[in-house]
Amino acid sequence: MTVQNAKQNAKLRAVFQWYRKQARSSTFGVALILLALCVVLTLLTDRFLTQTNLFSVMRAFSFIAIIAIGECMVIISGGVDLSVGSIFGFSGLIAAIALNRWGWSIPAGIAVGMAVGTGFGMVNGGLITKLRIPPFIATLGMLSVVRGLAYAITSGYPVRVPSEFNVLGQGYLGPVPYPVIYMAALALIFSVFLKKTVLGRRIYAIGGNEEASAISGIRVDRVKMLVYTLAGLLAGISGVISIARLGVAQSTAGLGWELDVVAAVIIGGASLSGGKGTILGAILGAAIMGVLRNGLVLLNVSPYWQQAVIGLVIIIAIAADQMRLRGDAAKN
Amino acid sequence: MSSLLEVRGLSKRFPGVQALSNVDFDVDSGEVVGLIGENGAGKSTLIKVLAGVHRADEGEIRLNGAPVTIQTPQDSFGLGISVIFQELNLVGNLSVAENIFLGRELRPAGILRSFLDFRRTAQRAQQLMQQAGLNCDPWLPVGELSLSRKQMVEVAKALSISSKIIIMDEPTSTLTGQETELLFEIIERLKKNGVAVVFVSHKLDEIFRMCDRLHVLRDGHHVGVTPTDQTNREELIRLMVGRDLGTLFVKQDAEISDTVLEARNLGSDKGIENVSFSLRKGEILGFAGLVGSGRTEVMRALFGIDKRTSGEIVIDGRPALIRNPTEAIAHGIGFVPEDRQVQGLVLGMDVRQNVTLASLRAVSSNGFLSDAREKHVTASFIEKLSIRTPGQEQVVVNLSGGNQQKVVVSKWLATTPRILILDEPTRGIDVGTKKEIHGLMSTLAGQGVAIIMISSELSEILAMSDRIVVMHEGRKKGELSRSEASQEKIMELALRESSQGVA
Repeated sequence: MTVQNAKQNAKLRAVFQWYRKQARSSTFGVALILLALCVVLTLLTDRFLTQTNLFSVMRAFSFIAIIAIGECMVIISGGVDLSVGSIFGFSGLIAAIALNRWGWSIPAGIAVGMAVGTGFGMVNGGLITKLRIPPFIATLGMLSVVRGLAYAITSGYPVRVPSEFNVLGQGYLGPVPYPVIYMAALALIFSVFLKKTVLGRRIYAIGGNEEASAISGIRVDRVKMLVYTLAGLLAGISGVISIARLGVAQSTAGLGWELDVVAAVIIGGASLSGGKGTILGAILGAAIMGVLRNGLVLLNVSPYWQQAVIGLVIIIAIAADQMRLRGDAAKN
Repeated sequence: MSSLLEVRGLSKRFPGVQALSNVDFDVDSGEVVGLIGENGAGKSTLIKVLAGVHRADEGEIRLNGAPVTIQTPQDSFGLGISVIFQELNLVGNLSVAENIFLGRELRPAGILRSFLDFRRTAQRAQQLMQQAGLNCDPWLPVGELSLSRKQMVEVAKALSISSKIIIMDEPTSTLTGQETELLFEIIERLKKNGVAVVFVSHKLDEIFRMCDRLHVLRDGHHVGVTPTDQTNREELIRLMVGRDLGTLFVKQDAEISDTVLEARNLGSDKGIENVSFSLRKGEILGFAGLVGSGRTEVMRALFGIDKRTSGEIVIDGRPALIRNPTEAIAHGIGFVPEDRQVQGLVLGMDVRQNVTLASLRAVSSNGFLSDAREKHVTASFIEKLSIRTPGQEQVVVNLSGGNQQKVVVSKWLATTPRILILDEPTRGIDVGTKKEIHGLMSTLAGQGVAIIMISSELSEILAMSDRIVVMHEGRKKGELSRSEASQEKIMELALRESSQGVA
């Protein structure tokens, strides 16, 4: 923000007030961090701010971002899903096997991948609502179970997918890679779902106060079942898109991604205690991590150091947000 | 001559609210001073400034005539000020003794000083507990104690730092009559020992009984200080609300017609047995009994929150299947629960989202929420119940207790219930709002709504109820009509031994 004319004081004050209002929302803070990161990288490297690079960064983080949409809903409802990385990998694997070994049609292959993700999501939901296992433990167990199944059915060998399937992950609409379009469409759909529908409102409500929600007639278990199922579905969708992009399904795909996904959601302003968060925030959170990874490569930072730097940035981003919120609370 | 604690010209501003403006306050050793005012009058803010939770913007605090600064809770502690907040600050898993010395653990001298001195801890704890009137094993976990005994632990903790000033925020709001008596004995004892006690309460009876002097706050201003024996209820209420309230409770006669609800032999896994009662259109049915007598549990079973183990519910002459709150709501029942912060509200959501939470179907079509309808419904309740809020988007955690309660009531009225259950609807609420809620109940009854009201305040039960059910230890002990009911009769039933059978 530069002062172009000192006489525009009043206008400036209006802008400042608008800023103050926006600054209350976490999403705005995240957007600022992302913007700052982009500015720094533009100044430090000449290759960052190019159309090709930007779209390739967006494609790179779109897979995490799509999973983060589901994770975001789970975290808003007051839970957490650690199995999404494994479900992502396994869904892609089954889709690849269906296309490659069973000779299924492309729509059938996509459907089976999504169905597998949905199925595991329902299992998570069942463990949590029927057997009353805490989400952290239930999904931690499923993380291991699903990953183990992926190793078991492939013995660790990769599965190739037919090349006519690859266009779904490798194609472009104009300059925009397909996965980025999928991400944008899914983000839009689920933003509307969360903000504009009865079910979306109920997800926020049970995360904000489960007991009060139950007394208000909300079938808490059904809502939870739904969010874990959706998280599984979105991990499945992302898994199917990723094999189309890579042309091959690996049993190790998505290994450790649960951390990136949860981090994206939390950086995006959601709270692990539930009731708070937005899809847009989660996408921005995934973007921050994606841009950072890209920046570290462009800056020739040794891959051995990248992981530590990213972890550090996650901590800094969340600490900054906490401090900002605490500052707000103190003013209140 | 200067008082023990003297506050002059204290001001504290929060964004959008002047919580305190130029407030004076004082308390001397060996006296009990009442701090009264409606919710939102600034009592909590004043206490929190003295406790070091908030910092004042302006003003002076003097202790024994010397100016002091209180910036942190530690400062407040160090000056000998102890605050016992409504939501007690105890660690449930730790024992009484450990809680008393939390953060100031007793240790042996010398090389073992990193360890705990259990023997001395137990001895000192015993002494302090005795002074606070608490009789139990010092190693008992605090979580196993009743609310009143937890309060005694807080008192013992206050005594352990030889507090000169003890501030109690609504100490009796969750206590039964007997427990309140016990607390009063302790306050008397503290007073005799020269401790200054600040007593914050809504209950005028208690204030008149316990306090030597009264400070009255209204809308952040100090509107008066008076010796208790030179004032009366009417004057105090006038000072607190700034207007004449007339009689405290309003109950208009409503036409009582057909039986709407019949509960037969209700039992639940939460310890109620064989409870039967009926409820008619336009009637207000009071549920009286001691805290823990099973009143709330009957309602929870009726509303489908707790699992019913026996009995049946008949609505409009037909058996009703109620296994969860959703089905209860479908049968036209509404339930304003006892603890509005824990069970009533989603504190992080705004006024509008809370008001429509139980009737989302009514403000949506095909699963999509209608902004316009939500706004319309909320606006109508803000007006009808005169909810004081800067707007529909205000997060409810920022509202005062009385306005929060109005939001919960609005949520249930939005479901257009035919049967409305109110559990302690006016607990911890200022006199003005209390009267408004009573007026609302009366109006609803006049419109044919059948109302069940649980209350621990006998005067409220007597003033509002057409009929009164008295509970004791999970069973119904009797039923009184409005004309035959009296405080004595209710208490007699509420305290009657189980062996004497069901009336």
